Amino acid sequence: MRRAVPVGIGFLQKITKNGAKNFRDRRSENSSGQLALNCSNPLIFGRGKIVLEVKNLSVSIGGRQILDDLDLTVRDGEVAALMGPNGSGKSTLSHVLAGRKDDTVETGEVLLNGESLLNLEPDARAAKGLFLAFQYPVEIPGVATLTFLKAALNAQRKQRGQEEFSTPDFMKRVKALAGKLKISQDMLKRALNAGFSGGEKKRMEILQMALLEPAFAILDETDSGLDIDALRVVADGVNALRSPARGFLIITHYQRVLDYVVPDIVHVMAQGRIVRSGGKELAVELEKSGYRDYVAEPAVA
Amino acid sequence: MNADIIPARTPAEISLARTFDAFKAGLPGNMDVTKWREASFKAFKVSGLPHRRIEAWHYTDLRALMRDALPLASFPGAATIDALRAEFAAARVPRQRIVLVDGFFVPELSDGLPEGLKVRSLASALTEGRPDLIALLSSHDLAARDPIVSLNAALMQDGVVIEVAPSTVIAEPINLVHATASPTPAAHFSRSALILGAGASLRLAESRHIANRAQPVGAGQANACLIVSLGDGAKLAHTAMATGTAPAGVRLESVMVRIGARAKFDSFALVAGIGLVRRQMFVRFEGAESEALLSGVSLLGGREHADTTLLVEHVAPGCVSRETFKYILDEEATGVFQGKIHVAPGAQKTDGKMLCKAMLLSDMAAMNNKPELEIFADDVACGHGATCGGLDIDQLFYLQTRGLPFAQAEALLLEAFAGELVDGIGHEGLIKAYRREVSAWLSARHGPTAAPSRGLIA
Amino acid sequence: MPAVQETVDRVKAIGVSEYKYGFFSDIESEKAPKGLNEDTVRFISAKKDEPAWLTEWRLGAYRRWLTMREPRWARVDFPKIDYQDLYYYSAPKTAAGPKSLDEVDPELLKVYAKLGIPLREQEALAGIGPDRRIAVDAVFDSVSVVTTFREELARAGVIFCPVSEAVHSHPDLVQKYLGSVVPTTDNFYATLNSAVFSDGSFVYVPPGVRCPMELSTYFRINEQNTGQFERTLIIADKGSYVSYLEGCTAPKRDENQLHAAVVELIALDDAEIKYSTVQNWYPGDADGRGGIYNFVTKRGDCRGANSKISWTQVETGSAITWKYPSCILRGDNSRGEFYSIAISNGRQQVDSGTKMIHLGKNTTSRVISKGISAGRSQNTYRGQISAHRKATGARNFTNCDSLLIGNSCGAHTVPYIESKTPSAQFEHEATTSKISEDQLFYCMQRGISGEEATALIVNGFVRDVLQQLPMEFAVEAQKLIAISLEGSVG
Repeated sequence: MRRAVPVGIGFLQKITKNGAKNFRDRRSENSSGQLALNCSNPLIFGRGKIVLEVKNLSVSIGGRQILDDLDLTVRDGEVAALMGPNGSGKSTLSHVLAGRKDDTVETGEVLLNGESLLNLEPDARAAKGLFLAFQYPVEIPGVATLTFLKAALNAQRKQRGQEEFSTPDFMKRVKALAGKLKISQDMLKRALNAGFSGGEKKRMEILQMALLEPAFAILDETDSGLDIDALRVVADGVNALRSPARGFLIITHYQRVLDYVVPDIVHVMAQGRIVRSGGKELAVELEKSGYRDYVAEPAVA
Repeated sequence: MNADIIPARTPAEISLARTFDAFKAGLPGNMDVTKWREASFKAFKVSGLPHRRIEAWHYTDLRALMRDALPLASFPGAATIDALRAEFAAARVPRQRIVLVDGFFVPELSDGLPEGLKVRSLASALTEGRPDLIALLSSHDLAARDPIVSLNAALMQDGVVIEVAPSTVIAEPINLVHATASPTPAAHFSRSALILGAGASLRLAESRHIANRAQPVGAGQANACLIVSLGDGAKLAHTAMATGTAPAGVRLESVMVRIGARAKFDSFALVAGIGLVRRQMFVRFEGAESEALLSGVSLLGGREHADTTLLVEHVAPGCVSRETFKYILDEEATGVFQGKIHVAPGAQKTDGKMLCKAMLLSDMAAMNNKPELEIFADDVACGHGATCGGLDIDQLFYLQTRGLPFAQAEALLLEAFAGELVDGIGHEGLIKAYRREVSAWLSARHGPTAAPSRGLIA
Repeated sequence: MPAVQETVDRVKAIGVSEYKYGFFSDIESEKAPKGLNEDTVRFISAKKDEPAWLTEWRLGAYRRWLTMREPRWARVDFPKIDYQDLYYYSAPKTAAGPKSLDEVDPELLKVYAKLGIPLREQEALAGIGPDRRIAVDAVFDSVSVVTTFREELARAGVIFCPVSEAVHSHPDLVQKYLGSVVPTTDNFYATLNSAVFSDGSFVYVPPGVRCPMELSTYFRINEQNTGQFERTLIIADKGSYVSYLEGCTAPKRDENQLHAAVVELIALDDAEIKYSTVQNWYPGDADGRGGIYNFVTKRGDCRGANSKISWTQVETGSAITWKYPSCILRGDNSRGEFYSIAISNGRQQVDSGTKMIHLGKNTTSRVISKGISAGRSQNTYRGQISAHRKATGARNFTNCDSLLIGNSCGAHTVPYIESKTPSAQFEHEATTSKISEDQLFYCMQRGISGEEATALIVNGFVRDVLQQLPMEFAVEAQKLIAISLEGSVG
């Protein structure tokens, strides 16, 4: 399911420090109009309902402002790439969406398929269809991977009021998916992520995504630390899951992964907000010019 | 600091002195044993019940925690034994078992013991007085004047002496069942010995059985010693289930182990559900190139207090010791771990590693951890580690993002935390049994704890 | 491996008899009569012309001391000390309150010159250069003989003077803080010190001031049968910073000498105190004759939020060392650090470590201890880490490593880790080993002698701690380590 990126880049402007403000002003002007659905995103998509909507989100950690009045919308069927320099708040956004406790949400709203997420525990968000592929998947010694996968799948099904899978059914599913992702039986028997290589951990994240069939998946720098073969395996896994009923947010530094998982839209994040959005060629441009224009100039003493 | 100041006797100490005076004439043993008892009680009287000013008992102030001493248990009557027989059959208590009821060896309940195993009561051994056996049974050099071991020697009523002939290999576990059947709360003092001849191999599985007819006798007081001697090349795998349902119960357990050359001692213990437990293990490598693996899990809630104290003495060279203990502490429980690796002069090439991990689940729980190294030989590789903290919130978060509700995520992590050591038992059936105990404890907890928060440190 | 054996033999043979600072200076002194009673305490107080409250404070401590016993829990063994057979006050006769260096007995100046401590400010300037100046307070037996750079410090508002002088010049500060960290009832030796302390350094850094130079005290015990009981009090007011260095030496004598000091540090909000010690008291000879009994109570109170106290010690001297520089982490977000190198040789006995008492929220502490045992010495790390119920978010990391050189010595580790809150994370690790033969072999294969290789490895072993010392001290400490391991280290 691919879609050509609609024209409309000219509508965008490169946001400078002042520009960002202009851009936000423009959005508010539009917010009452017909384009309101896409208010945070000047690219207009006619199809796909909104799966994720982030509105005016401000977040701090330990008193430090990380996300600053951020808006972001992702639609069903859309693969959105989120790029930006180190420290721009990309990973914090992923953690806030998934519900990590360290982050203090000051203002704003996050809706998944129209339902508010912010007051939900992380597991309830998962049951609603949110999936986060961690940048650093956590090692959990002593918990066998298979045990964990089954517990997760059935817990979600239970929360959704669905019937839990029997062990044979579950095994059938896992084995089929594991084969595609080149995950050995041995790995499934080992403790979750414990002693896995970087590539193994990332493949395990994709396996979980495939198994849990989320409505919306965030991939937080899933490409980092992968060699080209591993990257291809991971990308194939993601592409296989692209569907009109599923949205993706791919957080990355590099354009490389986007050669394999071609995005519908690219957002650039800096200083806690989206400062520019565009088509996939924006990623190419960033690769060339770097993030220099988006990094705050050093404060004048 | 002021260990030589003896405070006034507590009611428990006075009661113990009365008990000794009243019962000493009737306790089993020949003249030598009687002298030994007298000397032991004298030694106990000097220190009294150990208290916090005695370094080895600093964190378990028995004088404060044990307010009174219960009357001595008596040998179970025929009706009790019959009732237990029926219960064992119903509960499928495994055959190949040795049964102690309230500390007394009951041959009628014991069953299915294989060739090469000689089993008799402690009382008969003490009466017969074979010098080598008495010497082993006393083994007071191992426990270095521990007052609780002395008290046990003074008052020991019975127990079992198991001798395994050299080169005898018994694959399936020998079950040592400690049954509690006294209709009223009682104190029992038992001392048992397990002697493995050279090249013998055995698995000893200790378990607990609480008789149906018993009152809430969990509130009993047990002082049990187990003395183990491993001949050269012998192998012993030992598991102990120190569990119960007795908030008022007191269990003082001392395991003293001598290990010959090229022998292996593997031990695991689960502690749960007893008000006050102290498990002390004194392990000495007397022959070269042997190995000891000691591990244990303590699951504590309520106001329980569990203390594991180890002394591993490397006297002979080239031995390996590993001590790994884990604690889960809920509600107002207190955990204590003290482990000392001692390397004597000349015990070169010693490899000793100790680890204790404690998980606190409640704001009112406490853990005291004292791993110790005492090293008098230079060519050694010794170390210890200790960690103490709450659940890893990154792990919890990860599990929650995959859809596991908090309580389930927590249980999964705790089960994995404890399970890691349970899986090391090395016997399918026993692993299952211990896993069941751990799961049962976890599911009986009063709901999940509050979600922990991450300390924010820049 | 022969090189190791050679090293061990040399260490054994040389022992500790070559104590470099073991000269004795013939300086006339004034002493209190031998023995200890209330009159001795009054005598000392009167000599210092102390206010009545302080005399009473001392007497209170003395009375308390009479009811106390020497602690016995440490792994140290020594014959009973006859406290009536000691002098409790000894002062160089000519040094009664010198106003300037010119008034100081030239013999005394020679002593410090021998010790390599520049007391003349111009010498200090010439020797080290203006960027690395150190203000020195020299304490000879019981009395502070000179304090340098005082005027310049005063311009920054920093008070640096003998504590006996501070009693008069800054009575409010002394009365407010003296005994507020180590109370007169604390322990046998600290209580004794409270009764008979003679002198020591007093430092006060006012709010927001970063002390313009490092402050330092050199202690020297000279007199025979004399106990030295100095008392140091350092107060870092809000947002201030001070780095303080302490060095100690004593002559070689066949009898044991007692040193029972007390050091109190107070850090208020956002303040930081860095306290470094190079302790090189006379360790006794190879057979264990003579040497200093170093029974010291050092404690820092991180009283304010975001305060920090860092102890660094290099302990090479003394026949017996009994000291546990500690931090009370009272203020929220406060931090305590303890970095230690303890080297024992000959018949030395070391029982040292730290206590980190976490009381405030999000308090952190770090303990790095490196023990090296050689000869027939016994070297014990003893440390306590505790978290109070309210110390949520407390963190500790402790690492204790011991290195053994030769098979007649002992290395021991006795940590006490006590937690009462689930949100405290404590991590402790300890190892004991000998110098790796693989490392030695590797070095030697590259042409380095066994001696040099040992030095390299020992230096690597203690590097984490050496790095914590101010530069001049690091150099001195490195030399000291070499001397302490006599010949085995280049």
